[in-house]
Amino acid sequence: MAETQAPASVAETKEALAAASYLADESAALVSFLAQRLGKPILVEGPAGVGKTELAKALSRASGRALIRLQCYEGLDEAKALYEWNYRKQLLRIQAGGESGWEDVHGDIFSDEFLLARPLMQAIASPEPVVLLIDEIDKTDQEFEAMLLELLSDFQITIPELGQVSASSMPIVVLTSNNSRELTEALKRRCLYLWLDYPDLEREMEIVRLHAPDLSETLTRRLVEVVRMVRDLDLKKPPSIAETIDWARTLLLMGAEDIDRETFEQSMSIIVKHRTDIDLVAERVGMRLSAPTQAG
Amino acid sequence: VSAVASPYGPRAEAGPPGLAAKLLGFCEELRSEGVAVGTSEILDAFAALEQVPWESRDDFREALSATIAKSQEDRRLFELLFERWFFRAAEAEAIEREVGEGEQRHEGAERLDIDDLREQIRQAILDGDDDAMRDLARLAIAAFGRQGEGSGVVGVDVQRIRRTLELSAGTQPQQGEATDGAAERPPIDRDQLNRFERHLRRELERDLIERTETLPPSRPLAELDRALPTSPTQDLAAVHRAVSQMKRRLATLGHEQRGRRKAQAVDVRRTLRASLETGGVPMHLRYRPKRPRRPEIYVLCDVSTSVTSASVFFLSVLHALHDSFRKLRSFVFIERISEVTEIFEHERDFREIARRVSSEGGVADVSGYTDYGRVWLEFLTEISDDLDPRSTVIVLGDARTNGREPHAEVFAQVAERAGRLFWLNPEPKLYWNYGDSVMAAYERHCDGAFECWTTRHLENFVNVVAGGVPAAD
Repeated sequence: MAETQAPASVAETKEALAAASYLADESAALVSFLAQRLGKPILVEGPAGVGKTELAKALSRASGRALIRLQCYEGLDEAKALYEWNYRKQLLRIQAGGESGWEDVHGDIFSDEFLLARPLMQAIASPEPVVLLIDEIDKTDQEFEAMLLELLSDFQITIPELGQVSASSMPIVVLTSNNSRELTEALKRRCLYLWLDYPDLEREMEIVRLHAPDLSETLTRRLVEVVRMVRDLDLKKPPSIAETIDWARTLLLMGAEDIDRETFEQSMSIIVKHRTDIDLVAERVGMRLSAPTQAG
Repeated sequence: VSAVASPYGPRAEAGPPGLAAKLLGFCEELRSEGVAVGTSEILDAFAALEQVPWESRDDFREALSATIAKSQEDRRLFELLFERWFFRAAEAEAIEREVGEGEQRHEGAERLDIDDLREQIRQAILDGDDDAMRDLARLAIAAFGRQGEGSGVVGVDVQRIRRTLELSAGTQPQQGEATDGAAERPPIDRDQLNRFERHLRRELERDLIERTETLPPSRPLAELDRALPTSPTQDLAAVHRAVSQMKRRLATLGHEQRGRRKAQAVDVRRTLRASLETGGVPMHLRYRPKRPRRPEIYVLCDVSTSVTSASVFFLSVLHALHDSFRKLRSFVFIERISEVTEIFEHERDFREIARRVSSEGGVADVSGYTDYGRVWLEFLTEISDDLDPRSTVIVLGDARTNGREPHAEVFAQVAERAGRLFWLNPEPKLYWNYGDSVMAAYERHCDGAFECWTTRHLENFVNVVAGGVPAAD
């Protein structure tokens, strides 16, 4: 297996991620670093919208590897995740080679040429090192997890007709989970675990600054403070980091100077998207904003 | 090395010195708290430690936790134990070797300018610089903590020092007291202040250990109060955990076998692919795998006075169920039954739910005593059309009819129409069928009846429903 140059230190990983416009916190940087050094998959858990998927994308940008993504859903099976035989081509081969013996044909149609590689297979077979993102693994059933085990620990796939296909280059594997169910011990055992949470005030401000650099300093702080206030309420769907950024951009477009009650009510739907949540937020946060002396 | 009990509680064997032994001891302690640490995890931890610099405490801890603690619950235990284990390991070593910092430790304390110190601390907190905070915390203890005022209780001292330093979250410092430029100083974030307080606490503990030359006794952590939660919010998390497991089990179990084979759909894609083995002639049909159908759940919850203490628990179970299942209808009953699905769907705050259920439920007629017979009758008339073999009915109640007609035959009808019916009783099995409890009459018709007054029982219920073995109490 060709080892691509792994980063030399945690700081280096952090910088590389920052250059790929992802501000990783200490633990995210460290786990990314370890994953590359030890060649182990990363299991990222955390609430929705804290940048789990984004981490994989950033890793791909930072390391210059292609990103192969497998979006999981209920009922995903190996034909769609691993590989499938290209039966049309196989049929053609059988019909075209009418005169050759059955033995030849049989050996022939189950060869590389007739294999349709699905994301997992692509990641393994790729000559270039890649980043493999297995998104929302908790949406699949346990059987699918079991199927992943061989891939995750040995980076190989066994195809009954062909034998083992081993990775020619070590992929960086990132699995994300919204924690909607417990994953199996066996899967967890093979991964490094990373818990991503909402960033603290300073970090979120930095993130907003990175993506909406034109927003003034005071407004950025105010914005992040309000978002954090909203997250503290018990909502069905608390605002994600991506929504914070969207809101920052909206405020820029609106040319807002400060977040007062009116601006908030106009643009609130960007960060709160559930009807009952909107009522709650309008009541609890909107009211507070109307207070006259709240200059940031 | 002798196996004499050390002054800080039982440490089985000192074992050979070195980090490996310490780390294994640490894993052992994690296991004893119920974290599943496998050999492969320990090997990973060592591999990871080879990659990170050890002088950084954060890197060391993160490298360990990424390889050892693989769920949020495990992570929480890990953090607690890590502090205790590695912090105490260092302190214990110091006591054994009689290494002390003595007077050196607080050297320079007299020369401190209080205002200057305040300013520095404020700055360190704002910068979030852990190392500076730690050093300054020690200085602050030296300045304020050692003047005969130390109360000996760490928590009290932390707050006293914090007040002396005029640190508080979110507010501006008083103008008159502070140095120049106070007006523009940004307020301190609560999280950041907490971080400084943690440092203070640690340094005070260290101080205390050095003075008394003993370590505080170590206690097992996981002794959470698992009895009936009196404060719902406190145990809500545990209930939610148990219910989220239940979700998966109910969603995938039992129902696959129902239905007829001829209702299966042919999977054309797979059939054609399989036909390759027979030269392109589809000789074997392949069927689509049957997806388990989504369960429909009906929960009936007794909220009468005889189960007052339990209904808080039951309401929190309902609350958690609503989080997990979309097709869930919940009912509360005393003398009559009332559907409260709406309330749970539109309200998130648990206290608010409890209030609305009691004020809007409209379930008590006159006496306030449960009338199970009438409840079944009403339930059956109200939703008999919706009940079908894929629905699951869960009853939460004590089956005390107050001498009224139990109408077990109506209950039997409910059981017949529903796919499965479970009863969770908040009383210990011992009390069933004593007095006015008619549990036996109902139990015959249930697919399972369980005592349930703790989260542990709830987990047990989930296990049994999943076909597992009930956990021993």
